[in-house]
Amino acid sequence: MLSFISRRLGTMALTMLCLTLVVFFLINLEPNLKKLAISQTKMRTTAEQLESWLQRNGYRQNFFVRYGQWLGVVQKQPNIDPATGQAVPRFRFCNEAAEPTYSGILQGDFGCSTKFKTPVATKLFPALGATGILMFWVLVTMVPISLLIGILAGMREGSRTDRTLSVASIATTATPEYVSGVIFTVIFASWLGWLNGSAASASQGITFYNFTLPVMTLAIYGIGYIARMTRASMVEVMTQQYIRTARLKGLSFGNVVVKHALRNALIAPFTVIMLQFPWLLTGVVIVEVMFRYQGFGYTLVEAAGNNDIDLLLGCSLVSVFIVLITQLISDVGYAYLNPRIRVQ
Amino acid sequence: MQLEYIGAFQVVLGVLARFWPVWLAMAIVLVASFNFRKHLGLYGQLFDSGVGIAGVGICFFWLFTAIFAAKVAPFDPLSQIPVMKDALPGAIEPASKQVYLFGGDKLARDVFSRMVFGSQIVLIIAPAATAFALMVGITLGLPAGYYGGRIDSFLSFLANLVLAFPVILLFYLLVTPGIMDTPIPYAMAGVFFLFPIIFFSVLFYTRFKSRPERIYLLLGLTLLLGGWVYVGLVFNADPLGIISIDPNQLNIFVAVVFASSPGVFRIVRGLTMDIKTRDYVAAAQTRGETPWYIMLWEILPNARGPLIVDACLRIGYTTILLGTLGYFGLGLAPESPDWGTAIKDASRLLRSFIHPALPPTIALMSFVLGLNLLADALREQSMKD
Repeated sequence: MLSFISRRLGTMALTMLCLTLVVFFLINLEPNLKKLAISQTKMRTTAEQLESWLQRNGYRQNFFVRYGQWLGVVQKQPNIDPATGQAVPRFRFCNEAAEPTYSGILQGDFGCSTKFKTPVATKLFPALGATGILMFWVLVTMVPISLLIGILAGMREGSRTDRTLSVASIATTATPEYVSGVIFTVIFASWLGWLNGSAASASQGITFYNFTLPVMTLAIYGIGYIARMTRASMVEVMTQQYIRTARLKGLSFGNVVVKHALRNALIAPFTVIMLQFPWLLTGVVIVEVMFRYQGFGYTLVEAAGNNDIDLLLGCSLVSVFIVLITQLISDVGYAYLNPRIRVQ
Repeated sequence: MQLEYIGAFQVVLGVLARFWPVWLAMAIVLVASFNFRKHLGLYGQLFDSGVGIAGVGICFFWLFTAIFAAKVAPFDPLSQIPVMKDALPGAIEPASKQVYLFGGDKLARDVFSRMVFGSQIVLIIAPAATAFALMVGITLGLPAGYYGGRIDSFLSFLANLVLAFPVILLFYLLVTPGIMDTPIPYAMAGVFFLFPIIFFSVLFYTRFKSRPERIYLLLGLTLLLGGWVYVGLVFNADPLGIISIDPNQLNIFVAVVFASSPGVFRIVRGLTMDIKTRDYVAAAQTRGETPWYIMLWEILPNARGPLIVDACLRIGYTTILLGTLGYFGLGLAPESPDWGTAIKDASRLLRSFIHPALPPTIALMSFVLGLNLLADALREQSMKD
């Protein structure tokens, strides 16, 4: 088991390295650098001035040197102002060491956000916290509801309950967040006026009034999918011999479902729920933008929209990490829950 | 100036009447398919269940709407008639006496016509991108599953790499105006559009290699047609000038194919690993067939059931992805009538007007729902066999 996990961790590190390299390459494409230079020099500048700005701030160094600096395996050189001979930080809102240092991701330095004019870490981690709260409430509503629907539908395959619930879950998987978000806002905010169509105030304090719509919108898309997986798993379990045995020895139907079927039927949905995280991530971005909730997704969109290189790199690192770690947990958890599957 | 309105009931009637070419075409196709359903194989079996009929019906509805969009829509999707700004549903346009059935949006365009024309964009890009993703996934998934070993590890690693990217981040990196100045989208298009040509060439070559009269014809046709489309799409240099694609759309297309082909790859790989243990594959190996013949003519036809189901779901998912792109204003032109862009425009103004938001949302939802119902019915039918 330990060697399995360590091998998976190794693959994970390699994947992250490759992915960050790709992201780093795509973010540092020439048009993006130009845009950054234009936004940072602020005036109407000539092409030479833009070029010299890029040169001075180290954006013209070798690609791999710069990637190494970001990663923290190559020393970062201070920027020397040619006029005074003094070291000046690249961006006036972030401190930078005056002598060559290793300061990259590995040392915990995420760089400097040009959009929010602050170090990336001070922006990124509070945003992640805010998204964590959102995710918590989404999971708290999504998981029990979807498991319940799946079990009720899969308990008696082909019954009317099954048909109705299956069609309902197909309908929710056909409703992406930006569709359900609009429909819910129209119904609950514009028409009934029960809920707030914006979650901007949720950063100060979460209330039922301002937080229900985002949570609902995010949960509804996942519910259908998890419910269908639970149903499939439940249907399979209900056809097993041990269920028939339990029925034949005279246990009531409810007892069979709760005591014998449930435990075995819930193994597959566990994996599905874990693998749901990458999808939730996209949903989080849509929902946070739609309801103006200042979380991770909102930060990502702001970073991408404003060509904020370091912040966007930080965001991609975090999201790729989340995806990979949930995959690992789902694999390990599956092996742990299901004794028939032994990790080789 | 005061606008005149027609009542809600008349709006419903008007909408139903505008769709008359669609109803006509649907009636012909559905009645014909229903009567001949015994002879139509898997497609005919769909008409045995209510879910299947609903799925087929919804998909045909949007297909015919896209085909007859110019007939169905009363107005041009881009033209603005200033007096109709934010008009409520059922407002009568003074000049032509035509009705804005679903009202006007903030730029005074007809919401109904935009919804109808939006279906064209979605129904061209989504199935085409899915087809390309299928080609890429099949061409790479078959050898990965069949040979295993190094090839499998390498290709699976690549697929997992792409799958580990959150879709939205991928789009923000790949679908930007800046990237069009670089050769990246064209290089990716060059790679992806090569796969169908390779696929069909190998497909025909393995089957007919001992029959020169067929092979030269088929290979020649594949290379000619494939090369023609390839030159037109990737280099935008079609000598006849028929096939061309807007750089924006090429970019979206490539990004969507890139995002969804690893999923197909995984499914094909899994299916291949399962099917290659069957007896008929062993029989083909004993006969001395080449590996690619076995993959394409023994394994692939037997994997078609799950692949068809997956393709249906995937077209729906691609539609959702296109909507996401539109919602974030990536790639498509800002005045484009596609549903995602329309939802984005309308959702900003939900506080004041809700009517421009509902038609595109319901359109997108119903189309994806139709595809999902279709996939569900197909799965049920293929399980019965």
